[in-house]
Amino acid sequence: MSSTAASPTPFVPAEIKHGSLKNERRWAMIGAYIALAVFVLFFMIPPFHMLMTSLKSSAEIADLSGNPWIVRSPTLSNYWELLTQGNYMIHFRNSVIVTVCTVLISMIISTMAAFALARMKFWGSATLATGVFLTYLVPETLLFIPMFQIVGSLGLYNNLWAMVLIFPTLTVPFCTWIMIGYFASIPKELDEAALIDGASHIQMLLKIFIPVALPGILAAMIFAFTVSWAAFIYPIAFLVSSDQMVLTVGIVSDLIRADTFQWGKIMAGALMAALPPLLVYAFLMDYYIAGLTAGATKG
Amino acid sequence: MAQVTLRKVVKAYEGGVQAVKGIDLDIADHEFVVLVGPSGCGKSTTLRMIAGLEEISDGEIAIGGRVVNDVPPRDRDIAMVFQNYALYPHMTVAENMAFGLMLRKFPKDEIKRRVDNAARILDITPLLARKPKALSGGQRQRVAMGRAIVRDPKVFLFDEPLSNLDAKLRVQMRTEIKKVQQAVHTTTIYVTHDQVEAMTLADRVVVMNNGVIEQVGPPQELYHNPKTRFVAGFIGSPAMNFIPGRLENGSGALRVHLPGDIVLNVPESRTARYAALAGKEVIFGLRPEHLTEEKNLERPGFARFPATPEVTEPMGMETLVHFKMNGAEICGRVDPNAPAHPGQPLAMAADLNNMHILDPQSGRVL
Amino acid sequence: MSQAVISSNVAPPSARNSAMRRLARRNSTTAFLLTLPLILLILCLVVYPFLYAVYLSMLNKRQTRFVWLDNFTFLLGRETFWDVVFQSVLFAVTAVLLKAMIGFILAHVLHALPAKGQRKWRGMLLVPWVIPPAISTLAWWWLFDPSYSAFNWALAGIGVDPVPWLGATGWARFSVILVNVWYGSPFFMIMYLAALKSVPDQLYEASAIDGASGWQKLRYVTFPMMRNIISITVLFSLIVTFANFDIVRILTNGGPQDSTHVFATYAFQVGIQSGDIPLGASVSLFMFPLLAIFAIFTLRGVNKRTKEMS
Repeated sequence: MSSTAASPTPFVPAEIKHGSLKNERRWAMIGAYIALAVFVLFFMIPPFHMLMTSLKSSAEIADLSGNPWIVRSPTLSNYWELLTQGNYMIHFRNSVIVTVCTVLISMIISTMAAFALARMKFWGSATLATGVFLTYLVPETLLFIPMFQIVGSLGLYNNLWAMVLIFPTLTVPFCTWIMIGYFASIPKELDEAALIDGASHIQMLLKIFIPVALPGILAAMIFAFTVSWAAFIYPIAFLVSSDQMVLTVGIVSDLIRADTFQWGKIMAGALMAALPPLLVYAFLMDYYIAGLTAGATKG
Repeated sequence: MAQVTLRKVVKAYEGGVQAVKGIDLDIADHEFVVLVGPSGCGKSTTLRMIAGLEEISDGEIAIGGRVVNDVPPRDRDIAMVFQNYALYPHMTVAENMAFGLMLRKFPKDEIKRRVDNAARILDITPLLARKPKALSGGQRQRVAMGRAIVRDPKVFLFDEPLSNLDAKLRVQMRTEIKKVQQAVHTTTIYVTHDQVEAMTLADRVVVMNNGVIEQVGPPQELYHNPKTRFVAGFIGSPAMNFIPGRLENGSGALRVHLPGDIVLNVPESRTARYAALAGKEVIFGLRPEHLTEEKNLERPGFARFPATPEVTEPMGMETLVHFKMNGAEICGRVDPNAPAHPGQPLAMAADLNNMHILDPQSGRVL
Repeated sequence: MSQAVISSNVAPPSARNSAMRRLARRNSTTAFLLTLPLILLILCLVVYPFLYAVYLSMLNKRQTRFVWLDNFTFLLGRETFWDVVFQSVLFAVTAVLLKAMIGFILAHVLHALPAKGQRKWRGMLLVPWVIPPAISTLAWWWLFDPSYSAFNWALAGIGVDPVPWLGATGWARFSVILVNVWYGSPFFMIMYLAALKSVPDQLYEASAIDGASGWQKLRYVTFPMMRNIISITVLFSLIVTFANFDIVRILTNGGPQDSTHVFATYAFQVGIQSGDIPLGASVSLFMFPLLAIFAIFTLRGVNKRTKEMS
């Protein structure tokens, strides 16, 4: 540095520029972190407030003088009451039953179909693949009214099992679609090797494709789980008695009687209902994201 | 008994494109046959039809005397080694090798005996518990071969097995494959685009081009007596030089007139063979190794001519010189000590004892 | 191997052909059986309900009489219905634009972070998308509560009057959009981030050597490489947002004075709550033409991308 300062050489401006480049980068990074912090704050407000409220007693919630963002005398009574009294546990159990059944049905249907669509060319296979994608784009809000009539005529109105029948329509198309992508990415030589080794199509699916595409299957399973856990319009339209309800509708219907809102318990119930997807997300984030983005990047 | 016989085998795709245009081939028991040719020549398709991975559009394929056109791959009693190995990624090396036997419901101890035996032959015993992901390219290649060996099939099929390896490993595995085949003595059909692999491995080489067989024969025969211009140009590296010219009867001897007023005397050993062609336009073919610097040798059949190299490529044990003869690109191989420099005239000598004369229309070697 | 041995084993061509055909038929039977559950699901639970909806929409309220397009013309003559159309379009377009912009910014900011910190931040930023919207909207509802709103408490701290979040038309429209943006931005972020990661670094290096500035890199490298993903994501989100139900249903249930109703909540109110199934079916069918257009463009984008990727 001292030599360049003593006799100006063409390197000097370059070094100044280098310094400003470094500075520029640092300011860009600081800006990036500020932007992130702002959005994290925005994104975290509702869950944070949910947690705070769930820890308050009814008296503290009703007291307008204090800061609503913090809790002064935390209590777990809201959680305890939900777990021991009322129908919350029934709703939780119903959600688990419906979700487990939906995930199983979705995985069986979509794995078989995706294998056939990815590997066996047959009459109409291309049309069917397109059809699957279009079905995925049909929102449930377009079909819930005729479905209401259909469910009623099947005698399944206000019946939990109607959900098990209908939820696969929300999950199967997308699961099939992403599994086609995963199966298609398995090299063709692998099935040829299996054919020569003496495997039938079914053995090939069970012994080669499913183990090899396990990450994709896991991603599809997580997707099916999230969708069926979060489903709202079918339960609210078809389930009316509390013992048949799932969590998404049960919390509201049981904890709001006329004009009394038990906010502490609502928030506690909501938080516990959000926990399963949050836990799956926390432990299997990569598969969760893979399932989310696969639809667009895989095909 | 595991001969493989192909009779007028055709592979046609929708739209009438023929990848294989009716080939006949007899492969004897225990023979090592290499199908070689440029990409798209139909060699892989032929192999895959033998394997049962492609349907045969017309003709017949028989393995061990049994026509297998309608037999699914698993019942053809064949084993195949793929270009990218196609190892099952979720199985260990041992499981990979055992999979075919397991599906065929072999007893456990028999499977273990065979896997251990194959692992010993291939020197992969310490790797048996590993997954393919943890193996190097050469090791994967061995496992793929092991999977074929344990089955003890009638025929081994290799589909460009070495093309994913680096150059050094390729040479090593080439030797390995030959050793294994000599040990287990199974009829082998091997597909490659690399003529060096074909020459070094094969008992007989099948040169294919455009869906037809150009020539079948032992490596040396293909090299010395190619039947077509394609084979002459494909076998040997650098490729044979082809120069348009004319055969003339002049002053009692048969001569080749080449562009640039170069006239070469056909050696006496060949005059009888070419006499009938006098006065005709032909293509003169000579391999680079028979086009050397002038060595002051007065041997029959050698002819001198001057040339000016445009590019010289020192290879170490020899130097390749590239020059033009009225537009035709010519390559010669000279001693590394010869005074070969770009732009400077160099006295060359052609060994006409090894010359070829080709028909310009049909491309056949005459 | 002699010709004679072969020919003795040769089956007559016709027999062989049929053997081949049998094999092919067995294969396609397997394929058919494997896809049968999927086909049944699509036919019985998607195609049939849709056709049934069309049929239902042409009946009178008690479903005793065929009234052709009366339900549709009745709706077109009602002011409330036009409010629903306006609000649905406003809601979908504004929310999607905001989500796309926030997602784009967040994806870029995240992509610029060092790989180690990126995971942590990404983890936090995806939380709104992970919580089921029917559940997280409850928290928003509580935040917007007329007497206990924690937002209003904070605003009072800086001297701003209480905001009627869900009580006045303008604010209610703002609130439902805000919640939808909160819920949906992470989806855009993660899609864009995946797309950003798929742009090879060498392209950026090449453009840097060609003298491109940061903005020019964005304009000439990033944007063209991501164009397809952006359009697929936007179209897909338009469909989902346009057909949204949970957020509006829980926050405002269409109020105040039906000003925040979207198609889905209005169809629910008319069809399920007021018991006029045919009219509800016609309301939701009005979504179909727009959704179909979005869907066709999405499919086109996906096909184009598949071709690019292969």
